[in-house]
Amino acid sequence: MSDVALELASITKRFGRLTALDAASLRARRGTVHALLGENGAGKTTLMRIAFGMLQPDSGSITIDGTDCSFASPADAISAGIGMVHQHFTLVPAMTVAENIALGGRGSFRPAQIRDAIVVLSERTGLAVDPAARIEDLPAGAQQRVEILKALSRDTRILILDEPTAVLTPAEARELLQKARELVSNGGTAILITHKLRDALEFADDITVLRRGSTAWTGHASEATEETLVAAMLGGERTRTDAGSAATTVPEHDATVLSLRNVDVRDAAGVERLRSVTLSVSAGEILGVAAVEGNGQHELLRVLAGRLNVSSGDVTIPPIVGFIPEDRQRDALIQDFSLRDNIALLGAGARRGITNWTAIGKRTRELVRDYDVRARDELAMARSLSGGNQQKLVVGREITGSQTALVAENPSRGLDVQATAAVHARIRAARDAGMAVVIYSSDLDEVLALAGRVVVVHAGKVTEPPREYEWIGRAMLGVAGA
Amino acid sequence: MTETLAFVIDMLVHATPLIITGLAVAIAFRAGVWNIGADGQFIAGATAAAWVGVSASVEIGWLALVAALIAGIIAGAIWAALAAWLRSRFGVLEVISTIMLNFIATYGASFLVRGPLQEPTHVYPQTSGIASGAHMPILVSGTRLHWGFIVALVVAVMAWWVMKYSATGFRVRASGVNPFAARSAGLIDVSRVTTVAFVVSGAIAGLAGAIEVSGVTFALYENISPGYGYTAIAVALLAGLNPLGVIGTGILFGALETGAGAMQRNIGVPSTTASVIEAIVILAVIAVAQLRANRVTRAA
Repeated sequence: MSDVALELASITKRFGRLTALDAASLRARRGTVHALLGENGAGKTTLMRIAFGMLQPDSGSITIDGTDCSFASPADAISAGIGMVHQHFTLVPAMTVAENIALGGRGSFRPAQIRDAIVVLSERTGLAVDPAARIEDLPAGAQQRVEILKALSRDTRILILDEPTAVLTPAEARELLQKARELVSNGGTAILITHKLRDALEFADDITVLRRGSTAWTGHASEATEETLVAAMLGGERTRTDAGSAATTVPEHDATVLSLRNVDVRDAAGVERLRSVTLSVSAGEILGVAAVEGNGQHELLRVLAGRLNVSSGDVTIPPIVGFIPEDRQRDALIQDFSLRDNIALLGAGARRGITNWTAIGKRTRELVRDYDVRARDELAMARSLSGGNQQKLVVGREITGSQTALVAENPSRGLDVQATAAVHARIRAARDAGMAVVIYSSDLDEVLALAGRVVVVHAGKVTEPPREYEWIGRAMLGVAGA
Repeated sequence: MTETLAFVIDMLVHATPLIITGLAVAIAFRAGVWNIGADGQFIAGATAAAWVGVSASVEIGWLALVAALIAGIIAGAIWAALAAWLRSRFGVLEVISTIMLNFIATYGASFLVRGPLQEPTHVYPQTSGIASGAHMPILVSGTRLHWGFIVALVVAVMAWWVMKYSATGFRVRASGVNPFAARSAGLIDVSRVTTVAFVVSGAIAGLAGAIEVSGVTFALYENISPGYGYTAIAVALLAGLNPLGVIGTGILFGALETGAGAMQRNIGVPSTTASVIEAIVILAVIAVAQLRANRVTRAA
């Protein structure tokens, strides 16, 4: 028997006229972490859904431990020893950890038995969770651990992790990837879908790169460099994401555009989200915000964007602040409205009288052209656009709508390399045009790549550590000093 | 008068309350307000209009009609405002509160026509006839078709225009489809917009009740609404919540109900057949819409 735990050979999958996978292959060896890299839309998730029985390939074969397999459903894949942790959590928020892990199992539900099993599994894997905790009370990192335990609770030998670090802080992400390494040390296999080169190079034994549905590169991580992987991911059309420095230039005119003084914010339940925050942002600078999820950055950004009222303190902001919210599908766009109607959303709250659809249509066409939004025309539904094009539309609307200030929250979440580069270029251009820009990203690298100055929010308090990865990372965790 | 013409007239008379209540429902649903209470608001409007119409003196002439219609609009608006207030103040689901208010309106009207507003002989559960000045003028002489039908068409065109071209209509649509984006990207006061839409919806349903009293019944009866406010939901949904479409679907349902009566009289087909057909039409529309939505999602 070979040492190959899972082999996917020449997998082809079409959706209508779109070929999602074109003879893609992947060989995951037993006892290794295998990273699956590729841009958004390269087919990573589709390939893994096929391995997990959620989709059936049009052609190609799946082999586990040298035996040919075909899965009609995830249940078949689970009984063959495959587990998958999805990009978006599939937990029931109102249920406990134990109930969630039991969900999908067979037979009767015995809470005590499940609890004991979880404790044993927790100890064996080092993934600590409280079986009695409710999912909705847990931070993202702990929810991720529950997802993994759930997948492992069924004698899983091959664990597929779909972008597991997307929702985690840098520290949580490292911990998770180290855990993945430990899990494979006793003969298991982990497949890690990611688009972070650094994670793949550091934590994987083998790497497979998909480009447009085909395997573009495969080999040992030790033989790969960032350069070879980027070349494989992008093919001919290479783009450097980190081109253009953060430009730590001090703004020439020290005109303060956004300023907060002793701002407190309490939420509906009376919990203090921001405590006596004082900060200011000048025209022509990008202020970066770094924070671990749930420390008040959500509220800070909304106060700066004029979307949230403060409980006390002084807020000075321009009448219109451009705002790019993290959840653009929900908060920035109306999916079932046309592009034109989504542009009309700008300033809709204060508009009076009759809507001038001709003028708004013209503006939409200009914006679509200037911001390189790929769409049929201005009457296409927002839903029909890819994530990158949706974001370009939002960025364009918010920048042109304000001209003075822009607040962006995770502006590149879910975007591929090229769309990310386009969004970053627009944000830099806005700064160069004299806008005061605030950017928050859960990816500290992104904050550092864009921002000239970085503040950290921890437990509702804002501090400004030296602009260095280590210092910022410590401040995010509330550790003072170096 | 030929039988066909008689049928068409009857159909349009039946369609009038359905179109107007259908518009009421369409506006509310567009705003994301699940106003199931058009029936109660209709009855509130009919009651107020009948009260004004009965009390009006002969001397004021056609002003009695204007007063009755305004009274109906106000009563419908108040009936909806109760549910709107419960929703915005306490977060009470309007689906539940409006249904409850329907019962209150139905039995409230029953009480009134057997008590304080009963006709002087105290024999029939109804009010006296309204003053002749409060009667809606006849549109086609020699028939029952009254100007209320024209009012329905005008309200439909106005609603369509407001939804499509006015800033207010855009706010209503945006708040209804995605309140989060309306609030965050449009800086729209969603709770204000939906409350206003809710009250306007009630006002229109109240107008329908007032028109029914002034154009068809000329008095308030028990069970003045055979469930117009509920059929209105089907009328609005079948029209895809488009006010102009409501004219067509309102006439369709008016035809079904008129035809059902005729079929029963002439060939003995139970009139409930029409209800069955209505339900089948609605199910078919929902199924087609869902299929289409699925195809879009899959293609994306």
